[in-house]
Amino acid sequence: MKNSKNKFKEYTILVPMMANPHFTLIKYALKQYGYNLEILTTNNENIIQNGLTYVHNDMCYPALLVIGQFIDALKSGKYDLEKTALLLPQTGGGCRASNYIFLLRKALKRSGFENIPVLSLNTKKLDDNTLTISVNALILAIKALMYGDFIMCLYNQARSYEVNFGDSLNTLNEVVNWLSDKKFKGKFEENLVYICKKFADIKLTGEKKPRVGIVGEIYLKYSPLGNNNLEDFLISKGAEPVVSGVTDFVLYYLKNHLIDGQIYSVKSLTRPIIKYIMNFVLKIQKTMARVVVENSSFSAPHTFDKLCEAVEGVINTGVKMGEGWLLSAEIAGYIEEGINNVVCAQPFGCLPNHIVAKGAMANIRKKYPMANVVAIDYDPGSCRANQENRINLMLMNARKHMVKEVVDEKEKIHS
Amino acid sequence: MSCYLGIDIGSTTVKLVLFDEQKQVLYKSYQRHFSKTLQTVQKELNIILEKYGDKEIKVAITGSGGMELANTTNVPFVQEVFATSLYVDKYYPQVDVVIELGGEDAKIVFFGVNTEEKMNGTCAGGTGAFIDQMATLLNVTPAEMDALSLNANAVYPIASRCGVFAKSDIQPLLNQGASKENIAASVYNAVAEQTIGGLAGGHPIEGNVMFLGGPLTFCQGLRNAFLSQLPEIKPIFIEDAEYFVAFGTAFYASKTDTTVLISELLDRIEKAKGNMKKLASVCLPLFKNEQEYDLFIQRHNRADVNYDKNLQNTKCAYIGIDAGSTTTKTVAINQDSEIIFTAYAPNKGNPVETVRNQLIDFYNSCPNVEVMYSVVTGYGEELIKNAFNVDYGVVETMAHYTGAKFFEPDVDFIIDIGGQDMKCFGIKNGNVDSITLNEACSSGCGSFLQSFAKSMGHTVEEFEKIALFAESPVDLGSRCTVFMNSSVKQAQKNGASIQDISAGLAISVVKNALFKVLRVNDAKQIGEKIVVQGGTFTNDAVLRAFEQLLGANVIRPSIAGLMGAFGCALMGLQRHGEKSSIYSKEELENFTHTSTHVRCNYCQNHCALTINKFSNNGRYISGNRCSRPTGKQKQEDLPNVYNIKQDYLSKYFIRKNSNVTIGIPLVLNFYDNLPFWVTLFDNLGFSVKVSGFSNREIYRKGQHTIPSDTVCYGAKLVHGHIIKLIEDDKVDAIFYPCMSYNKDEGKSNNNYHCPVVAYYPELIGANVKDVEKITYLNGFVDINNFKNLANQLLQMLSKLDSKLTKKDILKALKSAQEEQNNYRTNIINAGKKAIKYAKDNNVKSVVLSGRPYHVDPELNHGIDKMISSLGFVILSEDCLDCHDEDVKNIGVLNQWTYHSRMYQAAKKVINMENTELVQLISFGCGLDAVTSDEVKDILVNGGKLYTGLKIDEINNLGTVKIRMRSLLAAMEERGKQNEK
Repeated sequence: MKNSKNKFKEYTILVPMMANPHFTLIKYALKQYGYNLEILTTNNENIIQNGLTYVHNDMCYPALLVIGQFIDALKSGKYDLEKTALLLPQTGGGCRASNYIFLLRKALKRSGFENIPVLSLNTKKLDDNTLTISVNALILAIKALMYGDFIMCLYNQARSYEVNFGDSLNTLNEVVNWLSDKKFKGKFEENLVYICKKFADIKLTGEKKPRVGIVGEIYLKYSPLGNNNLEDFLISKGAEPVVSGVTDFVLYYLKNHLIDGQIYSVKSLTRPIIKYIMNFVLKIQKTMARVVVENSSFSAPHTFDKLCEAVEGVINTGVKMGEGWLLSAEIAGYIEEGINNVVCAQPFGCLPNHIVAKGAMANIRKKYPMANVVAIDYDPGSCRANQENRINLMLMNARKHMVKEVVDEKEKIHS
Repeated sequence: MSCYLGIDIGSTTVKLVLFDEQKQVLYKSYQRHFSKTLQTVQKELNIILEKYGDKEIKVAITGSGGMELANTTNVPFVQEVFATSLYVDKYYPQVDVVIELGGEDAKIVFFGVNTEEKMNGTCAGGTGAFIDQMATLLNVTPAEMDALSLNANAVYPIASRCGVFAKSDIQPLLNQGASKENIAASVYNAVAEQTIGGLAGGHPIEGNVMFLGGPLTFCQGLRNAFLSQLPEIKPIFIEDAEYFVAFGTAFYASKTDTTVLISELLDRIEKAKGNMKKLASVCLPLFKNEQEYDLFIQRHNRADVNYDKNLQNTKCAYIGIDAGSTTTKTVAINQDSEIIFTAYAPNKGNPVETVRNQLIDFYNSCPNVEVMYSVVTGYGEELIKNAFNVDYGVVETMAHYTGAKFFEPDVDFIIDIGGQDMKCFGIKNGNVDSITLNEACSSGCGSFLQSFAKSMGHTVEEFEKIALFAESPVDLGSRCTVFMNSSVKQAQKNGASIQDISAGLAISVVKNALFKVLRVNDAKQIGEKIVVQGGTFTNDAVLRAFEQLLGANVIRPSIAGLMGAFGCALMGLQRHGEKSSIYSKEELENFTHTSTHVRCNYCQNHCALTINKFSNNGRYISGNRCSRPTGKQKQEDLPNVYNIKQDYLSKYFIRKNSNVTIGIPLVLNFYDNLPFWVTLFDNLGFSVKVSGFSNREIYRKGQHTIPSDTVCYGAKLVHGHIIKLIEDDKVDAIFYPCMSYNKDEGKSNNNYHCPVVAYYPELIGANVKDVEKITYLNGFVDINNFKNLANQLLQMLSKLDSKLTKKDILKALKSAQEEQNNYRTNIINAGKKAIKYAKDNNVKSVVLSGRPYHVDPELNHGIDKMISSLGFVILSEDCLDCHDEDVKNIGVLNQWTYHSRMYQAAKKVINMENTELVQLISFGCGLDAVTSDEVKDILVNGGKLYTGLKIDEINNLGTVKIRMRSLLAAMEERGKQNEK
């Protein structure tokens, strides 16, 4: 492993774009440790075509997309195939997504790229090609992830209301470059404040728009390639997309170890370490929320402990495959924040989603009668018109409620 | 003051409604748009303009096809469900529920404190377009179908989730001679079932229910189906229900701010025509120019047959009949393999009559010819064979191979796309070596092109022709036909021409075949000498797309559509018949045929039997799985481990002890460790009641509480079992624990359950309201650690018996485990016995490899019995002794216990003589996308055949039978070769 560690430093390591700006930041972070990541942002028809050709068609849509995107990139001629490796971030667990790397290998074999190494950066050692990085590099990567959450939260709020089109995107690029140029150095909180103020400077219209939370299978939740530019679509329809952070998923993953410990009475020495890390990350989340409140008029992102409270009465936290209870918790979490409108992006036929999305809706409606949730299936064959039509219905209901709320408020003031 | 205009652009129709200031209807119209939405709207607007002058109006647009138009013309858009609920809220406040079926959408709106809208998911096509399609299948108009349904006397179970599924249920019913009346009623019943069961997603439909949309307005039969399934509701039918959404839209328009002159609106639409976005995804044109097309045609004309035009010297005829799913083909040849007669006709729902007509035609056109031999193949093989005394019946694969060999002796791959199904077979050493058939959910075949052509107002031939020189065919994807409908809708919306759509459809049929069914991307992967056939390949656009996408030239015989029948005729010639027993002309002319329907009561499959009686006192029973109802002498039953497992399980169904009864639903994970749990509770002094095996009735009981309509059938059945335990068995508690992990069998990297099996108890708790009536025990349990498990059980069970101690439980767990071990040993022994029997008697065996719950007779639809009746010993994946099989390092991550057993079984089978493995795949099972490829790899690398059977609610074993017979034929051929 030690040799290969160095070997891959000479490689271009391709990574599918899953969340922006998270992955861009991680790329810059790992660059400092000698790894050259290239984040694939391609979006063309060949991607899904390659996916359909080389992956079992009943496999979930994200698998078809990320594998198709890799093969499309390898075929493009842009990369020196002797010095290119693939990195597919994935989790383990009982969901079939844990098989992505195996399927990618099968697909590479079928498409004649079997010599391309497939690396995995993983919390569990799923196989021998795991790309191990130093603890410091890992910490920086996680930091980059959290910066990503922070920036994404502000960016979505700013761009939904910006007076001058493009201001927010410029700011996003500016702060991402700023962080990268200074190698993520400086005091964490000071950096957050700097970023927050940058976004606070953007001139906003001050309109009132319905806020729409996005939840879903993790790839579809964040990736524009996966969800047909869902965030852009919502903005074009006069709504503000709210996307909770990737950090929650990391915390969820850690917390499951603790919950498993209870259900399966696993005695593990890592428990105290996990608890320590969780507390540490949670503290940062709280700092981020505080920075937003203190330095801008933006809404602060929720913190993980709020999700753990919100999930009460919605689903058992023993449900841990795929996005598991986190998905139901995020819906509940949005509603607790006052965001009643939620789009749930799910791959057609996703197994955990039967339980945690459609299956949990009854409890969500019971707990929150005002919930306005729409589940959208994504699939190579499902057409955009149908998806948009359903989202439109959700938006019209959202607007109706918003008008009602305004009227109610006015009445309150008058009486 | 202005008028208010609502424009509703649906998938097939445009509805316009004009209100005056008092919101009274001035004008309304309902037009089919044949994909020319803009022109249709313009035409109607011009009529309004002429009638009422250039009025100032407020206007809004709705409907799935209207979004783009609203954008480009700057007219307010209102989502259609929203428009409906707005209007109902205002004018029909008493309504509790609205059910609206449209062309391709189905919607339910629940009114109340908070309005809740449900729309069909992407995989639920049973709506107006679906009903039209079914009417086409029955060869009647929708209105006639409605009339027929009113005279029905039986209703058949038809898969109600998805249109494609339903269609594959109906086709065999037609071929088996079921009456159109009953089928029509069954279609409506299926639509109602789907709406109530699938769409409502667990929300009960009660109170005042308003029915809207075209189909519910026009079809009495459909309304009856709804009312009989919802006997308690107060139905509201209104006049002009088909305009309702347009009313809502006009009403919405009245609340908007801007007004526009009708003339200006017309201007904007005219301008929009140019501005509508062209669809981004396009494919290469099929042909660049006429010249390219001519060369293509010349090349394919070479694969031709000889015709015997001069019938004077012809004495002998060999008849081949291919009674396919949608069409019937008859070919007769002479002793020199020259064709003397061909016929090709749609079944029109009556294959017997169609064959009769074709045979009479044959006798008329060849009056002096003597028939030496006759062979029949296809869906209707047995029916036709019995009806007309045909000499021999042959499985389709063999018929087609024989036909293809005539054109290319070295053929190594055949792909046949017919009206309804697709068959592909690889040939190795002169044997059919691998068979791939399309699954019910990838039925993008010929009949689908036909329906589209019709719905766009063209004949199939015209539709084909306009595709050839389309400049930029639209990319429509490759999924099921329901998705295809939506994609076409999207393309229309984007202004794609009908030429481009037609070409796009041809390409999508091919994509479906290549990428979805065959999963190839390179001609070399399937073979060098490829013969394509089947009616769909007579379409030059499809043929061209096939060659383009495959990147290779293929052979298409001139009689591509008749190859099955031609192959049969050739087989007849090879069999050297001397005098055929087939009916003479006279016998045909006096032929009569009646059919009646009964339900078989021999076993719990309760097959719906169709009894056909023919004029010769002949009788043919169809719809049966085993041979019992046919009255044939009962063969000695071959060992069937599925049966044995059922028997073993049923011994655990009841335990009587205390007056506290714990109910156990016999579903998913309980199929594996029922003995364990039952013994445990028995020893703890509880009474136990197991819900028993599933049946259709149980499914219906729980159908209305299923929140996800795409989950596997096994999971859907759980709901009914739970309700049965509560309602019928009156249990005090139900034990249905969540289990992330199964017992660690030491054969895989982890021992997970799939997410659905693991957590369905959680979903039941949230969605089946009745569980509140009993003590519902669905906590998480750890089956791998008894100390831990005892604590978890104590916590749950102390609600039922407060005196229980951990010690009691630990003791009971021990004997429960012993019982479970005994049960496992018994199954392994049953397996050993069956294997020995097969060896001693030289009988072939099939390992029917699924998950434990596939033993359920409703889930497997009696596939085990059907295969057994073909002469196989039936083994299960868990009755094999797989001690020595190492599956830890295979091509996938092996981390699910049930699936690990499949890999083990596959490895084991490689070394078992005379035995093949057949994998049962649950439709909607995401994990099987992983396992099926791997099981196939293991088997094929080990020199075995792979057969995967996808199963669902679908009740028709027609394709299963074809596959199993083909497998049998392939095994026999292989056996013969080994002997050599």
